[in-house]
Amino acid sequence: MTLLRVTGLHARHGLLAAVRGVSFDVDEGEVVALIGANGAGKTTLLRTIAGAHPAAGGVIAYAGKDLEGLPAHRRVALGIALVPEGRRLFPELTVRENLTVAGRPGRWQLETVLDAFPRLRPLLDRPAAKLSGGQQQATAIARSLMTNPRLLLVDEVSLGLSPQAVDEVYDMIATLRGLGTTLVLVEQDLGRALAVAGRVICLLEGRITLEAPAAGLTRDRVVQAYFGFARTP
Amino acid sequence: MTWVNAILQGIFLGGLYALFACGLSLIFGVMRIINLAHGDLAVLGAFLVWSVTVTAGADPFVALLPVLPVMLVLGYLLHRTVLARSLRGGPLTPLLTTFGLAIVIQNGLLQAYSPDVRSLGGAAGGLATGSWRLTDQLSVSYLGLLVLVVAVLVLGGLHLLLRRTRFGREMRATAQDPDTAALVGIPAQSVYAKATAIAVATATLAGVFLAVRSTFDASSGPTQLIFAFEAVVIGGLGSIWGTLTGGIVLGVAQTLGATVDPQYSILAGHLVFLAVLASPRGRAVIR
Amino acid sequence: MTGPWQVVRSGRATRLATSGLSAFGLLLFAVPFLFRTDVVQQLTTLCTLVILASMWNVLAGYGGLVSVGQQAFLGFGAYATVFLAQRDVHPYVAVVLAAGLSAVLAVALAPLLLRLRGGQFAVGTWVVAEALALLVALDEDLGGGTGVSLRGLNAYAPDWRRAYTYWLTLAFTLALLVAVFVLLRRRTGVAIQAVRDDEDAAAALGVRAGPLKFALFVLAGVGCGAAGALTLANTLFIQPQSIFGVQWSAYLLFMVLVGGIGSFEGPILGAVVFFLLQDWFAQFGAWYLIGLGLVAIGFALFRPRGLWSLAGDRLPFRLLPVGYALREPPATGRLGGSRRSASRQ
Repeated sequence: MTLLRVTGLHARHGLLAAVRGVSFDVDEGEVVALIGANGAGKTTLLRTIAGAHPAAGGVIAYAGKDLEGLPAHRRVALGIALVPEGRRLFPELTVRENLTVAGRPGRWQLETVLDAFPRLRPLLDRPAAKLSGGQQQATAIARSLMTNPRLLLVDEVSLGLSPQAVDEVYDMIATLRGLGTTLVLVEQDLGRALAVAGRVICLLEGRITLEAPAAGLTRDRVVQAYFGFARTP
Repeated sequence: MTWVNAILQGIFLGGLYALFACGLSLIFGVMRIINLAHGDLAVLGAFLVWSVTVTAGADPFVALLPVLPVMLVLGYLLHRTVLARSLRGGPLTPLLTTFGLAIVIQNGLLQAYSPDVRSLGGAAGGLATGSWRLTDQLSVSYLGLLVLVVAVLVLGGLHLLLRRTRFGREMRATAQDPDTAALVGIPAQSVYAKATAIAVATATLAGVFLAVRSTFDASSGPTQLIFAFEAVVIGGLGSIWGTLTGGIVLGVAQTLGATVDPQYSILAGHLVFLAVLASPRGRAVIR
Repeated sequence: MTGPWQVVRSGRATRLATSGLSAFGLLLFAVPFLFRTDVVQQLTTLCTLVILASMWNVLAGYGGLVSVGQQAFLGFGAYATVFLAQRDVHPYVAVVLAAGLSAVLAVALAPLLLRLRGGQFAVGTWVVAEALALLVALDEDLGGGTGVSLRGLNAYAPDWRRAYTYWLTLAFTLALLVAVFVLLRRRTGVAIQAVRDDEDAAAALGVRAGPLKFALFVLAGVGCGAAGALTLANTLFIQPQSIFGVQWSAYLLFMVLVGGIGSFEGPILGAVVFFLLQDWFAQFGAWYLIGLGLVAIGFALFRPRGLWSLAGDRLPFRLLPVGYALREPPATGRLGGSRRSASRQ
């Protein structure tokens, strides 16, 4: 079943077109990796889907419903959550407060989230500003889970994390995949992206240059799409 | 002994200033704007209470009961109509619009109620005038103590609201990062509107206590805004209990100044404020 | 299409407009010879309003500093004039000196006030104005709370006195407008706008906000001090509660918002509009002020660039070369025509 259908989406930063006519579907339970160079429009695309950035044209349909004009907090209520670039935790709130402030009815409650991510338990009463990068990313993903999303968008999953922290975050993502959560990940690390995702979408200058199953994707094809040496239809 | 009494009275006066200040501080803390109409909204509340008192012959504190919900709604609508739009206009716009609003409210009150100076003290009966005499020169007025107790309760209530409730967490999260708050499902505008409603309600409470304690007229608002602001800065921005300390320091400065010469009362408060601003502490407070 | 577009300060039309305006400014000096004295006195008032609006715009529009306390300088300038005149300084000399003393006051207050941002600055300046008003009211030599007259100008015949006051006011007005103009024309103008748009980003580019804000604050202090002194010279009597009154800030807000905040011409237009409204509607008292407040809110919310943006955007050229224009290369055949594009000021 198609959970998210993006059709002819455009988004701008002032006069700059960041997303230019992007169309793709995401099925329920699927994990999609969004790749592309810096400035390709990945972050803007995710933010536009989440309602944090205005669309300049096109349609975003979620569970068959057109999201046009819906502010971000209403999309969260519908089940779309974005883990933003740079984690963006509330620095003066404790980990516990960061989690509970996002809480919504559903299977993910403070206890179930902590069971899934036990390493957050000892940090509960620490202000978010005092966490390490890996701890912050874990908290940010956990915070988004607290909203009980059907569709979880994660921007820059591993950026700025130590290798060990990256392993831990990907363990979490594997857990979520196992639980049937639909995921769209922005990831610079190609190896990681191909390992976890079922499908890969590559953006270049705001357009999709590659959309293919992760399995059997050759590095050459990805590199072509990434740098645009040859346009794949 | 007169000095001791001055300090005592200053502490009570400080309770009133803290009550004025907490709404200003709340809006600043959550939305990063200073509502220049804060004092005028307080005076508007006092006038509404005055109207109810006169028409229904009620005690001012009874008259406050129907007025408080009205002011809560007014605060909510104030955000939904003017402030929400102002916030989108950049950092200066809220200042410009709230100052414009202050002019409108002041002159609206002038038109509706005439420039006469009034007091709710008479209507409040023994509460406004009674006191315990501790010694010949030292007395504790019922009203002064009541204001201080109410101020502590309101500030304490706000503290608990912010620390212990879901809405409090939402306010703090929105204050720190409104964009991300929206991404975890917090409707920032609704949080702002509710915070404004609470701030206007506390201002009304303060306005009524001012009106019972002394006098008020259509142009009393700006002075109260200034005192509230001074209390907030002296106490340290964003700290709830600091607001109480700030109010008391300001109140004591004014009563001590008045002991020297009544003309020095308000000036003494301004000078303490400017001194705090000039001190290294002031530098830390302002960021 | 050949060659690149050129960035120019002004086209021929703008140069003509500037020359015309300069000539008009000089022509204004002839007014006392051509009109009755009440016109002269009215124009003096208008000139002070132009000074005040431009100065407030310098602070708010260019510095991002909304002041609710410029009446501190108005009152200081006026009372400094009284103070000097009482010590046998010629009143007109006292006016000029008072403007200079206002600069000293601004320099003294700057370290205290400029560390405040946004609303804190607004209320902080207001507290200073209130404190000064209270201090003046304490001084019996300055008339205390009841007010004081400026003596020494009755040596002149009333008509000549009004003419002299007018000339002095006009000279101050033109000098201060030229000062603002020069400030905007030079590199500082670009830096000022960078700071206003995004102080942190400007800092990252090496534009230091501190000295710029200091310069703007002192200029505004001088201007408002001069306006206060000139108001006194025009009316010959002042009271602390009116010259230090916050209603001045309400008027300034109105003039600058309605005229057009952040533009050179807007505040002048706003001052003229306010002057006319004051003349027609002031008799309605509170209703008039309610109207002013509502109009100011409306402009802040719905037309933040004021009336001037309506006029200025329609004109095919700028009246004054404070911005930049793009000019098509000559090869396209539009010789001398200048077009405005992407120029904010």
